[in-house]
Order: sequence, then structure tokens, then C-alpha cells
Amino acid sequence: MIKSRQELQDLRASLNKAYNSEIKRVIICAGAGCVSKGAHKIYDKFAEVMKDKGVDFSLELAKEPHSDSVRLKESGCHGFCEMGPLVRIEPQGWLYVKVKPEDCEDIIEKTIVNGQCIDRLAYSEKGQVYREQKEIPFYKKQTRTVLDNCDKIDSSSIEEYIALGGYSALEKAIFDLDSEKIVNEITESGLRGRGGGGFPTGRKWSQVARQTNFPKYIVCNGDEGDPGAFMDRSVMEDDPHRMIEGMMITGFACGANDGYIYVRAEYPKAVASLNRAIKQATDLGLMGDNILGSGFSFHLHINKGAGAFVCGEGSALTASIEGKRGMPRTKPPRTVEHGLFDKPTVLNNVETFANVALIINNGAEWYKKIGTEQSTGTKAFALTGNVKNTGLIEVPMGTTLREVIFDIGGGIRDDGEFKAVQIGGPSGGCLTEEHLDLPLDFDSLKKVGAIIGSGGLVVMDNHTCMVEVARFFMNFTQNESCGKCVPCREGTKRMLEILNRIVDGKGEDGDIELLEELGEAISATALCGLGKTAAGPVLSTIKYFRDEYKAHIYNKKCPAGACKSMKKIVISPGLCKGCSKCARNCPVSAIHGELKHPYEIDQTKCIKCGACLTGCPFHAIKEC
Amino acid sequence: MENLDFSILDKAIEELGNKESSLISILQRAQEYYRYLPREIFPYLSEKLGISEAKIYGVATFYENFSLESKGKYVIKVCDGTACHVRHSIPILEALRKELKLSESKKTTDDRMFTVETVSCLGACSSAPVLTLNDEIYPSMTPEKAVALINSLKENV
Repeated sequence: MIKSRQELQDLRASLNKAYNSEIKRVIICAGAGCVSKGAHKIYDKFAEVMKDKGVDFSLELAKEPHSDSVRLKESGCHGFCEMGPLVRIEPQGWLYVKVKPEDCEDIIEKTIVNGQCIDRLAYSEKGQVYREQKEIPFYKKQTRTVLDNCDKIDSSSIEEYIALGGYSALEKAIFDLDSEKIVNEITESGLRGRGGGGFPTGRKWSQVARQTNFPKYIVCNGDEGDPGAFMDRSVMEDDPHRMIEGMMITGFACGANDGYIYVRAEYPKAVASLNRAIKQATDLGLMGDNILGSGFSFHLHINKGAGAFVCGEGSALTASIEGKRGMPRTKPPRTVEHGLFDKPTVLNNVETFANVALIINNGAEWYKKIGTEQSTGTKAFALTGNVKNTGLIEVPMGTTLREVIFDIGGGIRDDGEFKAVQIGGPSGGCLTEEHLDLPLDFDSLKKVGAIIGSGGLVVMDNHTCMVEVARFFMNFTQNESCGKCVPCREGTKRMLEILNRIVDGKGEDGDIELLEELGEAISATALCGLGKTAAGPVLSTIKYFRDEYKAHIYNKKCPAGACKSMKKIVISPGLCKGCSKCARNCPVSAIHGELKHPYEIDQTKCIKCGACLTGCPFHAIKEC
Repeated sequence: MENLDFSILDKAIEELGNKESSLISILQRAQEYYRYLPREIFPYLSEKLGISEAKIYGVATFYENFSLESKGKYVIKVCDGTACHVRHSIPILEALRKELKLSESKKTTDDRMFTVETVSCLGACSSAPVLTLNDEIYPSMTPEKAVALINSLKENV
């Protein structure tokens, strides 16, 4: 238990020395993607191989490591999920991709013992082999600040976090700064909320700091429910102390001694990681009463969500922490005045808190140099969908969509054609080819009817039907609508009915106009953010892909060839040999014919299951 | 369900505190233990916590993760988040439902072995499409792989 600033500094110095004396490291990515592809097995295999070969290795930050000892560890997400399982070798900085347990022996023998790079395991693109991680195009255009620790430290070790400067911002805040100075620094840095709206963080803090109604609360929104987004998950799982440190600094600046972290239940590993981190910080004396003898006390509690997307909305989230149904309320009064337990509350999201220590340590001036004038800093994005390099990335605000999708993401999967990207999840909108050079920042996106949201980027290729995508999001929002206000509860239901009809090939003249009218009415009248933005994906797909809607409604055709109801399966008489295999495969007896003569499909009976298609030995059956 | 053991609830209340704000956590503990929320616990909790039964029922039915019906031994959740959806998660769901004779309204097999449901985003988007089997993630699924998984489980039974 450390009791003073000096003791913390001494501890950091000794841990840092230990960390820096580790020369050789084998770091295995243990992010969700790599773990699902077998990362734990690789870790075990490395330990086994080194033991067998008599290689001196350590699984923990050794107190007195010696230069030829090898450190083996699992770190958080490296981001390049597509290529997992990933293994990075230090000091060279080489990255091995798609590593299998059987490669471990080779890696130890050739790379660790003899210092040779195994090129077959290195990443290669267009014939070029990239040995070093930082040279790989996926990493080259990124600026990792918030996610910096994720691929370096063992998330279960508070020692490693401290060794790399952890809790120095807290120390600086409580001993060298006061509430006003901290709030001013954050305001000056231009940090804006990473949860979606982009509200200036400093302004929010100053509003809570000046409230005289105690106690006050700090709440972290870790209810990352946007389908297609997993940035906050990575911070919570891989670098929990960074976020916790940010929350504590916020507490000190705003006069709060209690904090709550609301994590969605679908992230059990994040819950475990945060619980462990809180215990470690408390045991070490960095959290609790009279921290480091400063007189400042702070306690953190974790609330597990129970599966309601609407709880990402501020007032619904606080209601859920209070043990109630997570339903939003009318505002004002705002959360900064009457938030959790009706007390003044700072509610920020995970990534926002994760930026705080960086700003306090490096200063607002340093922070402002990253990103654009109105949107400072970096933003983490989850890059998914039909893109080659899926994964977790962090880029300066203002990076263009083209750089993200084509340089970092490597372009469209299977060399398909780029069609659109959905940004901001069910509250956002789609961006098309004409927006590829648009800088990704809060204000530029707002102008074109999209939002950064929490940072999910789902890339779609020309086989994705935009009407179906709009239907998908409306189905999601409709499901998640809490039912409190009429526009959202009834409006989304009607919009979904219309979209279902269009996708089923039963669209009618006037449907597009009706969708637009409903969408605008819901946006204008719904109670909370979920409802106000519910129509976003529909309105933006109508705006950019109106012809696709028209084709569904008037021609009963899906231009992307994705909508099942509009497909027709036919047998080409020229190619059919009359073997009868399709007729036997058909589960609804829709295929008839005479042996050795071309067969025919009865379209009124056909359920378009495709059983005939995959079974035809002569490729005589096709979809059109 | 005559001999429902309420001691787990007493323990949860003791640890989490006898207050309204503990309700969701208590229900989560109860669901972990019983694997669903038996209705019999509502009057018991109501008396203990001093919250009306209607309010507890309201909370239990509001949140997606709570189930008032018992689930199968193997709970399969097919992710239908955006990333999985655009990489064709629905055919996987359809294949599983067909194989186990389940539907959108009938989620659990009669022998209480399998429950098939959807979940909107597990945050494993980079391995899309994914499903979870009792919370373990299976990456890059196809309808064939999913059916093979079911069959291997059936063989183990």
C-alpha cells in the first residue's frame, strides 16, 4: 500500500527500470478476435516450447530481469484482427500474422534464439513482405494514443501500467493542479465527447464543478451497444486503468467522490477486467479514502447492463443504475444538474475518459496538434464489414474516409466494388463514394447527415442492398424502442412495416414519400436521442440510393441481387440434361419434368431455398 | 418448482445491499443461478426489498437479457450485429432453426437441450459472422459449420 506521492514515484521508477530491462519479448494478442482464433493455445505452446528447449523466460514483469531472458505475455488487442492470431517480437518490432501452434517452435528457434525473421509468417501485400509492424500499411497511417497501451501491456497487471507512466496524471492533478486548472486544461484541449454527440467535455465538467448540490457522481457509459462497434470494449478490457485514472481525475475536478461504470453484459471480459483493476488500484492505495495522503477520496462501482440499447442514452442509463427500467426522461433538467440519484452528474463515455490522462500529462497544446481545429485528438474506429483488413484502428480526427477504407482497410474484400459505409450505427447514416474525401470529424459528418457516433464503420460492397440495410437498422431500433414516447414506439413500427413490405417485393407507389414523412416527424418529436435518430439510416439511404428503393417498389427488382423475395431461380433448357437430381432435391416438389428432357421450376411453389442450385452437376440452374 | 431455493436471493441481497438500486444486479445473480427468472421469486423479492411486484416484473421484462422461461442446456446466440449481418448471419440462423425445428417464437427445443436466439453485436465484428455457444465465441461461421457444431454436441449427449 503506497501512502504518498513519493512512494508512488519510487514505485514507478523501479517498475519502469524493470520494464526497460526486458529486452526480448514475445507478445501475443489476446483481443477477442485473436482469442476466438486460438491465441491462448499459442501462448501455452510458446511456454511449453521454451521450457522444453531450456530457454530462460518469464511470464511476469520480473523484479530483476536479465538481458537474455525472454518475456512471454498476452497483451490486449493489436487491432489487426483480420490477420489473427498475431504475435509481435521485440526488440525488432516484427509482427507475425495468422500464427499457428505448430509455428511456435520455429519462432523460438529461429527468431528468439538466432534473431532471424521468418518471412513466411510476416504480413505481405502485393508481393511485398512487411516485417516490422509499424511499416505495415494498416498501422502506418494510424496514430495510436488512446489505444497505445493496448498492444503493449498485460491488462491484468497494474505494475505494467504504472511502469509506462500510469497514474502520473492523477498524481499531477491532485497535487499540482486544482479543479479550475484541470477543467480549463480540458476545455482548452478541445476534447469533445466520444460517445456520439461530440459535446465539449470541458464545458460539461465546468457545469458540474460549479454545482453546490452534493454528493456528485461520475458515470462512465460503457454500454457500447451500437452493432458494429467495439472500441470501448478494447479500452475496458485491455487498458482499464487508463479509463479509471481518467474518471478519478474527473471526480477530483468536479468534486465527486463516487463513480459508476455501466458496462453492457455482453462484455463479460470487460466486467472482469474492470473489477480486477479497481481491486488492484484500491489495494495499492491509488483508490479509496485519502488517496496518497492528499485528502481526496474516490470509490468506483460497476453496474452490469441487462441488454437494453436505450440505456446508452444518459437519463436511461442513470435510471438503470438506480435499478429501474431504463427509460429516458424529458429534459431539462439535464444530467449535469439532476443526474444519477437526482444529483449533479458527469456522464462521459469510455473513450472520452481514456483521453483525460493524456491531456493532463502532455498538456492541451500537445493535444490540439492532433486532429482538426474543431475536432481535436484522435478517434478510434471499428472497421468491419466487406473490407479486407477488419479491425480496430485509431486515427487523427479529420482523416478521410478514403484513407481509412483503402489505405488502412486495404480496400474492398474479394476485390469487390465500394458502395457505401455505414457510420454511427443505427443512429447514423450512410456515406457513399462522393464522400470518400470527406474528413472524418464531428462537424463535417453532421453536414452530410451522418454522425461519428461511437465509431463503428461498416463497409458495404455492391452486393449489399441498401434498402435491406435500412430495414435491418429499423428492425434493430424498433426492437430497442423503450415504448415511452408515441413517435418512436408507433412510428418506427410503421416504418419497419413499410420497409418489410418493400423488401418482400410488395412495395407500393408513395412508400418512399411516406417513409420520408414519418422519418422527419419522428426525428422532430421523439423524446430521446434513440428516437430522434432512429430514421437516420432510412433517410440517408433514400437520399443517396433512391433509385434502389424505386427498383424494389416499381420493378420488383433488387439491383444488388440480395433480396431473396425478388430472386427467381430458373433452369436453363440448353444446359439441363434431365437427370432429375434437382427435382429430387427440391423440398417443396416445385420442379417437374421428364427424364432426359429439360426440367422446369414452378415459380408459384418455389421457396428459393437454393437446394437445386447447389446440387446441379451441370450448372444449369441459376438465379436471376 | 415447489422446492425453489431462495437462499441465493438472500445472499445476493446481503452482498449487494437491500435497496432499489441493487434490483438489476440481484435479478442477474438469480438468473445466473436458476438460468432463468422463475416467477416465484418476484413476490419473495418484493417483500424483501419493499418494491412492488409490478415494478420488479416491469424491470424483468424490460431488459432483453432476462428470461422468464427456462433455456436449453446449450444456448446458441447468433450475432446479428451490422458487421455480421452484412457478412450473412441470417442464413446461419435459418440453418440452425431448421436443423433444430425452432422458429422466432419457439426458441428452445422440447428436450431442453438447445436454445437458439439472436443477439445484436457481441463486439467480435472482426471475426464476423460469429455465434456464441454458452458464451464462447465461434468465429467466421457458415450455415454448414453451425449445423456441424450442433451435430457434434448431439453426439456428446
